[in-house]
Amino acid sequence: MAELLIAGGRVVDEHGERVADVVVAEDGTVAEVGAGLASTGGRNGRRVLDAGGCVVAPGFVDLHTHLREPGREEAETIETGSRAAALGGFTAVVAMPNTEPTMDDAAVVRQVLEAGRVAGLCDVHASAAVTVGRRGEALAPMAELAALGVRIFTDDGNGVQDDRLARRAMEYARGLDVTIAEHCEVEALSAGGHMHEGEWSSRLGIPGVPAEAEELMVMRDIALSRLTGCRVHLQHLSTAGAVELVRAAKARGLAVTAEATPHHFTLTHAEVAAYDPVFKVNPPLRTAEDVAAVRAGLADGTLDAIATDHAPHAQELKELPFDEAPCGMLGLETALALALSELDLSLGELVGLLSWRPAAVAGLRDTHGGPVEPGRPANLVVFDPELTWTVDPARLASRSHNTPYAGRRVTGKVRHTVLRGRPIVLDGEAQR
Amino acid sequence: MKHLLGVEDLERSDLEELLRITDSMVEVSQRAMPRVPALRGRTVVSVFFEDSTRTRLSFEAAAKRLSADTMSFSVGTSSVKKGESVRDTVETIEAMGVDAMVVRHRSAGVPDQIARWTSCSVINAGDGWHQHPTQALLDSYTIRAHLGGLDGRRIAIVGDVKHSRVARSDVQAFTLLGASVTLVAPPTLLPPSLEGWPVEVSHDLDAVLADQDVVYLLRMQRERMTEALVPSLREYTACFGLTIQRAARLAPHALVMHPGPMNRGVEIAAEVTDLPNAVIAEQVRNGVAVRMAVLFRLLAGTELGGAGAAAPVPEVNAEPGEDHG
Repeated sequence: MAELLIAGGRVVDEHGERVADVVVAEDGTVAEVGAGLASTGGRNGRRVLDAGGCVVAPGFVDLHTHLREPGREEAETIETGSRAAALGGFTAVVAMPNTEPTMDDAAVVRQVLEAGRVAGLCDVHASAAVTVGRRGEALAPMAELAALGVRIFTDDGNGVQDDRLARRAMEYARGLDVTIAEHCEVEALSAGGHMHEGEWSSRLGIPGVPAEAEELMVMRDIALSRLTGCRVHLQHLSTAGAVELVRAAKARGLAVTAEATPHHFTLTHAEVAAYDPVFKVNPPLRTAEDVAAVRAGLADGTLDAIATDHAPHAQELKELPFDEAPCGMLGLETALALALSELDLSLGELVGLLSWRPAAVAGLRDTHGGPVEPGRPANLVVFDPELTWTVDPARLASRSHNTPYAGRRVTGKVRHTVLRGRPIVLDGEAQR
Repeated sequence: MKHLLGVEDLERSDLEELLRITDSMVEVSQRAMPRVPALRGRTVVSVFFEDSTRTRLSFEAAAKRLSADTMSFSVGTSSVKKGESVRDTVETIEAMGVDAMVVRHRSAGVPDQIARWTSCSVINAGDGWHQHPTQALLDSYTIRAHLGGLDGRRIAIVGDVKHSRVARSDVQAFTLLGASVTLVAPPTLLPPSLEGWPVEVSHDLDAVLADQDVVYLLRMQRERMTEALVPSLREYTACFGLTIQRAARLAPHALVMHPGPMNRGVEIAAEVTDLPNAVIAEQVRNGVAVRMAVLFRLLAGTELGGAGAAAPVPEVNAEPGEDHG
């Protein structure tokens, strides 16, 4: 592998922002960072990546990706999802366990990790289910799975409904030094609902899911984190009340982290008005006040990460009647642009939410999200924060097309993505 | 106007125009030979994914009186049972040459989806809890026929508003036409939010009964018991049923209405349905004329099929041609 020079960009990492070129050594680590390296020549065959006008940052880490393999390969595969991730600037993703079969045993987790390595487009890390079959009845073999490298356990798609089992999972997880991540939804309150319960559900005649279905489980998990001392990560928070609960828990010093998705900081329940299931997602799109609260939570540090909840679905499923269609929307290739277009954050804050802070939640700081400095693995993204483009579902790399942003003009696009020194995306094109 | 998906898409002037056309259609319906050639050559298909014999028959009678060809699709006898999607089903039907689809589906929003997938007119004949616009038109027409108009009238809609497409459409139509509407129900049977609804709310039928020009009772479905929305049908009837005692307290001119099918003895006492001010059968009768008006408004004068049945409103009154045969 040839030496790489990323020339002419602004480096943004947790240490700040500076104009610097970056030299990546043949072994895939950062060799040098500094101004004027472009003129120093370097070794023969050095490859130059133009970063003029661009930000050079540690690669993004998605805490919440549905790659659909095994089981739903018509919607996405580990390879197509990894390609979408790389095009979105991600060098690592945490694959959610709601596959078929469930990622609740060693064989399935090994299969996912291996397929991720074979694809080689980004680092695919596996989460695993908390309970067998995500049925909420018995704990999955967490120690065996942790030994394979699983750092996050979640029944995502569902929350663990049983309080006692949730407590046991957290206690057991603490002994393994792993994190319990929760899809916060009390099903007794949400069952039968297909969108946010409120003004629009009432008007449209669609059964709703109240914000309190999420908030009650956030409350419970914060309480159980206090009880057990377990690190708890709250997934895709969507309500003002949930953000406020996390803010208070953090103020008390509890080991709680939380993420929010781009759709929950950009879209409201009013989008459902045309009954297009592409806007059906769980948790549902909420009110403008909730969107504002999520943005405020991202701005003041209450929320630790922008996570995509990338959830591909085949077209025929997204053409079902609204109340029969599955939940979920694409996210990997639009997350950066939506953050840049919609959030009023400094570049450092924004990159932090996409990179080093989720890397810390996922336990990946050794390889991802770290500062851009010599000796570090060269997992890097180069993006143009000014480039405006139009989201075209047909041009996305994902095997599915269920983006809610079709036709939307957004600003900010990935130019290059580098995984351990290897350019995976060059000038906006995936290299394989 | 291409589609009729919901009252929410209409202006007051649209409603008034449809009610005026209905006047003509009522006149046609009263003839010895209730048939005009206004939609000759047009094809109207009823596409009912959910059974509703009365609504389907009403639309088909309306189409036939306008001399349209009719076809009928129902799920019980179709490939939907074999897993065919709504989109494939309606695209297949459209390919046979269709000017309008009359759609009924158990899920809210399906007529909106179908309107995006086809180029023919789509008429919503009831979608989930969402809308039932021709019901609202026939209800408005019936009120107008008895009370001269809806402006300034007070209408109580009583019962399970939350799960009612009729209520959603009626609220919009009645208020657009100038009436003031009070929803009367326990909070469990009201929509979770009434933001943007131009209505008043009462949880006490007895308190509002005497002031109403119309009491509109909604069907109380027995399955609501299992959802803990009311403790029992007995308690529901005691609080919200239109008993003969309550009916006696109505103003002399006040109308009693119901969209059918009724649960006699639950939301309405059997004796009440026999009172002269109960206009429930008339609602059904007006349903055919209203649906004729909707089909006429959407299809007459459009350029589909080349059959050229373009007939402005007054010509509806022309005697039919060879159809008279």
